[in-house]
Amino acid sequence: MKSVIAQDLVKTYDKGKVRALDGLSLDVEEGTVLSVLGPNGAGKTTVVRILTTLLRADSGNASVAGIDVMKNPEKVREVIGLSGQYAAVDEILTGYDNLVMFGELYHLGKKNAVLRAHELLERFSLTEAARRPIKTYSGGMRRRLDLAASLIVKPKVLFLDEPTTGLDPRGRQEMWGVIQELVKGGVTLLLTTQYLEEADQLADDIVVIDTGKVIARGTSDALKKQVGGERLEVVVEQAHVAKTLEIVGAVSENKASLDEGLRLISAPVSTGSAALFEVLKSLDAAGIHALDVGLKRPSLDDVFLSLTGHVAEEKKEEVAEKKRGRK
Amino acid sequence: MSAINDVAIITRRQLLLLSRVPEVLIFSTIQPVMFVLLFRYVFGGSIDTGQPGGYVQLLMPGIFVQTVAFTLAGTASGLAEDMKKGLIDRFRSLPISQSALVIGRTLGDSLLNIVVLAVMGIAGYVVGWRPSSGIGSIALGFIFLLCFGYALSWVGVLVGLSASDARVVQNVSFIVTFPLTFLSNAFAPTTGMPRALQYFAEWNPVSTMVAACRELFGLENQFGATAGSFPSENPLITSLIYMLIIMAIFIPLSLRKYRNYAD
Repeated sequence: MKSVIAQDLVKTYDKGKVRALDGLSLDVEEGTVLSVLGPNGAGKTTVVRILTTLLRADSGNASVAGIDVMKNPEKVREVIGLSGQYAAVDEILTGYDNLVMFGELYHLGKKNAVLRAHELLERFSLTEAARRPIKTYSGGMRRRLDLAASLIVKPKVLFLDEPTTGLDPRGRQEMWGVIQELVKGGVTLLLTTQYLEEADQLADDIVVIDTGKVIARGTSDALKKQVGGERLEVVVEQAHVAKTLEIVGAVSENKASLDEGLRLISAPVSTGSAALFEVLKSLDAAGIHALDVGLKRPSLDDVFLSLTGHVAEEKKEEVAEKKRGRK
Repeated sequence: MSAINDVAIITRRQLLLLSRVPEVLIFSTIQPVMFVLLFRYVFGGSIDTGQPGGYVQLLMPGIFVQTVAFTLAGTASGLAEDMKKGLIDRFRSLPISQSALVIGRTLGDSLLNIVVLAVMGIAGYVVGWRPSSGIGSIALGFIFLLCFGYALSWVGVLVGLSASDARVVQNVSFIVTFPLTFLSNAFAPTTGMPRALQYFAEWNPVSTMVAACRELFGLENQFGATAGSFPSENPLITSLIYMLIIMAIFIPLSLRKYRNYAD
């Protein structure tokens, strides 16, 4: 059964000048995780806002847990959980206060709201911080509390809009751990992200969107296959670069390429581990010690590039940052 | 029923916020108390009112009205702050009455006004304010003040939801309320103003509210009621009409704005 269905959603801003969604369709099978992957401005947040009743689409249909989003928004609100890009909790109140307040707003009654708050604080390792105002929390803690707030009443469908944007690597790892736990528990989840790795880690299915349209859909593996096979990569000392280029080139149909800075020699291979074994043998025979060697499957970055013809937004930013020498 | 419950929870949140950040309460009361002291001792000596009890009798209703008028800014910036944090999205995605958040906010701000008015009343008493009417009229005066603050906090809701930035909200509210409270009979008689301003000042809801409160607190000879205009002669009924008009316009507008927020 499909838990989420969106058909031909169109949403324009500025009197039609900006088409945030341009006939977007997607669906989520019950009990699975769908990741909506795309750069900034692709329309990810707009989809989530429409499906969670915060925004009305100009045209198209959508349903969540079998309920029409346009016709019965108040019914939809009873079965969804939403955790947005910004931790939507009261900064001044404590974690405990927030959860109790939201529990009461879900009509749990004071007593059950208190019980549920304690349960969730425990589950998300926030018990120690429970009595502190949210503004003293780290980014990762805020997101966890925000997620806890969206799980007060076990939602039939959970929406996470860029759950790790702005978190440091540690916060991101923690958040992934929490989400993976949820996924094991069998939640139906729609997750948006601009981190290609995140979609790969968490989702059963991936929908890639760009400029308000779906441009590819499939499992992570299927998307990677779309881009091509594996690459063999070897890193060696400067003195051995020329010889290694020769050796790697010998197992590939193409010429081996060289990244001079990294002293990384690579080439596409179709025979996988056989080619790897061949190269290792040749290197050994030539007395070359490889610093690093491996087979690399195409990353989702590569997928995105080959699908859209441009690099995912975050990458562009990163490159720009590096150029400016900030990182 | 559940809608009332939702509103009550949001109102309680507001009070919880006050207890967590007592500075808000402290500064909300320090400012008006400071005005009481400044006007009482700086202008009080040089403004001849011909009023038994002196300037402070006229001043206190003026400062009461000015203070509740600033509810507009309080509501607006509180709401703008919530929106900035994305908190509004969470509330709007909950299965609760969609207007609970704004109604709860306006009620919470009114409760804050009760505390502020009480503190100011005490401060006024200390510096010589003595309302001379009966307890019933005095109570009615304070109820009038709370209702006026409540009506204006709905204007604040619209301002808060319309503004793009919490700092803009502060400035906009200030630009709206500051001239309104000074182009009135609150601190000085309107007789000294240019003719055009005098008309404006007399029709200004702040003036009618101040005059209404002065009447309810037992002052007969008010300064400012000069042109023999309807509002200056019937301040109670005019103020009531103003409040109803403000609420009739701004409650539906604000609720609609909230429902369509982000569309």
